[in-house]
Amino acid sequence: MVKKPETKDVENNEVGTTGHEWDGIQEYNNPMPAWWVWTFYATIIWGIAYMIAYPAWPLIKGATPGLLGWSTRGDVAAEIQKFTDMNADLEAELASADLTQLEIGSDLHNYAIQSGRATFATFCSQCHGSGAAGSTGYPNLLDDDWLWGGDIETIQETVTYGIRSPHDDTRLGDMPSWGDVLEDDELAQVIAYTMTLSDEPADATLVEAGALVFEDNCSGCHGETGAGDRDLGAPNLTDAIWLFGGDKAAITESIVMGRKGEMPNWNAKLTAAQIAAVTAYVHTRGGGE
Amino acid sequence: MSSPDESEKLYKSREPVFPRRVNGMFRSLKWWLMAVLLGIYYLLPWVRWDRGSNLPDQAILIDLAERRFFFFWIEIWPHEFYFIAGLLIMAGLGLFLFTSAAGRVWCGYACPQTVWTDLFILTERWIEGDRNARVRLWNAKWDGRKLRLRVFKWIIWLAISVATGGAWVFFFADAPTLLVDLVTLNAHPAAYGTIAVLTATTYLFGGIAREQICIYACPWPRIQAAMMDEDTITIAYRDWRGEPRGRGKMREDLGDCIDCNACVNVCPMGIDIRDGEQLECITCGLCIDACDEMMDKVGKPRGLVDYLALKDEPDERAGATPVSIWKHVLRWRTIVYTLLWAGVGIGLTVALFVRADIDLTVRPVRNPTYVMLGDGSIRNTYDVGIRNMHGEDTPFYFSITGADGIMIELEGEDGLSVVAPADMEYKQRLYLVAARGSLEAQADRTTLRIWITDGTTGDRAFKDAVFNGKGQ
Repeated sequence: MVKKPETKDVENNEVGTTGHEWDGIQEYNNPMPAWWVWTFYATIIWGIAYMIAYPAWPLIKGATPGLLGWSTRGDVAAEIQKFTDMNADLEAELASADLTQLEIGSDLHNYAIQSGRATFATFCSQCHGSGAAGSTGYPNLLDDDWLWGGDIETIQETVTYGIRSPHDDTRLGDMPSWGDVLEDDELAQVIAYTMTLSDEPADATLVEAGALVFEDNCSGCHGETGAGDRDLGAPNLTDAIWLFGGDKAAITESIVMGRKGEMPNWNAKLTAAQIAAVTAYVHTRGGGE
Repeated sequence: MSSPDESEKLYKSREPVFPRRVNGMFRSLKWWLMAVLLGIYYLLPWVRWDRGSNLPDQAILIDLAERRFFFFWIEIWPHEFYFIAGLLIMAGLGLFLFTSAAGRVWCGYACPQTVWTDLFILTERWIEGDRNARVRLWNAKWDGRKLRLRVFKWIIWLAISVATGGAWVFFFADAPTLLVDLVTLNAHPAAYGTIAVLTATTYLFGGIAREQICIYACPWPRIQAAMMDEDTITIAYRDWRGEPRGRGKMREDLGDCIDCNACVNVCPMGIDIRDGEQLECITCGLCIDACDEMMDKVGKPRGLVDYLALKDEPDERAGATPVSIWKHVLRWRTIVYTLLWAGVGIGLTVALFVRADIDLTVRPVRNPTYVMLGDGSIRNTYDVGIRNMHGEDTPFYFSITGADGIMIELEGEDGLSVVAPADMEYKQRLYLVAARGSLEAQADRTTLRIWITDGTTGDRAFKDAVFNGKGQ
């Protein structure tokens, strides 16, 4: 027990030394407080208990699991499950929602956009790009040019059944290869005419004949003016946007070889709610009609 | 000098400290400070401040969920965090100022550790008696009386600790609502957890550890030691006047110190100031009060233990009369600190009054940098945020300057205006379109300025942005 407290009794205002001396160097005696040492022991005990309770020792495969069975992966899974449960109502609502009635700024819309962003990044960005800007052969989803239509219902249909996909309800519409059908001079004429449709420079001597070739062979799908037909997925040739490129070489290749891009039917892989979400997301990227 | 034989233990047991009650100027100052500081801490969350229906009516509120800080008429948003940074800089400069002028005055008067320890000692003294009674009780065998006194003291300490932990959380939520929630067990677990942790630390630091925190745990004594100079006033014992110390009436060979140990008995740190300046001393001034009281009784002049600057020691030792401490307090170093401190303060105050109620952020979408539309025009996309700090829903109109050929469009809106809800950041996607063949469409980059105009006040805010063209 501690006796009656005493004042310090040190001569010359100095701390005592331990009595150790090396070459004239003495060591002051400033002992650690005992509670500090006990705290240190407590941390050791805590450390041992921690090693037993939590994953600690690395083994050849994995680590000792710990008595509590805790893991960071388990934490993540629980966290994901928590948010899945939290969003279950919105998810169910979205799966059967009429997207044309989706109110901008509503919880459902915000949820659809955020969920759609993740879905797009996972499943769509490989072809359409992470910014949805597409690339040669893969449509840019940001612009106002749509092959099959850019209103929200049509986008949903496109995502669900795909284009030229194996699904029965998919939409078809090929660009045939005209290389075997037309003569070489007819090909040169129609290529020149096509380029003038979007104000690109072309050989003026071929254009007039090209117009006739176009009317006979191309206008069935692309229309008499070349403005395209969304029911058939026939591109508008009069605008500035070319899916496969707008220079002479690319246009030549498109006409001679034909074009046949494919969009998978995502109903085989995504849930109805995911499709609705990604549809809403794409529709707000700037091109939605 | 002690030899190893005298202390066989490697570690030092704590010597319990039983500070005696003392009266005097510094003790009175500390009582007042304690009342004010504890009053601020416990009562401030309950002060109400009307901000209208949309905003909380608590005068001081740190709203972590909404990321707002309310201080009476001031509302700080996250983007204005520089105010908090400025206040922290002021706090730092203030500590430099006070430390260079008056040493560890923070430790002795204002530090929560000191204030709460004082409160705990006050309670202890009230229940168990003054120093001598407490020493007796400490040494007494456990019996019914000791148990009763101890348990009573522990309960009061626990109540203080719970109140301290409880008061903290009221700064972070509406206090009356939270109190009801806490009592009815409906509050968030984080509130209970915070209260539990702060209750435990208050009890441990104020009731049990006390001076051990200052001596062993706190880095501040070491930092402050580096900021003191020979003009810094600190508490010192005038040994040239006091020594040789001694008791008794025959004082021909003795100094003024009557070795009554009053200065030691009142010290909350358990040290003897007559040993000279030491790290443990928090400069609370209680030994001055104690010594002055004794000097009055024996008819000697006050100030045997006193606030003193190191610089004066040789002069006084040689026989000079003590000089006013203000000569030391006012010197170029403290004046520079004061000017810096005031400069930051004035800057912050000016910034507070000139800051805008509206703010615009513009984040260009760079993936892709531009989109070509069907008619060949070039479009850039920007995610803009409008901070409406008005307290009511406000219409905002977009416009641009610096690029004549560019049109504005808003995603999901027909016109060029949006209504930004009160007190939040409203997000809007903005499109800028340059017609085919226009200067901006052909250029690589065009710098322009995006404006918002507040539809109610006419205030404007802008951000500069870059329009990316085809670059041909």
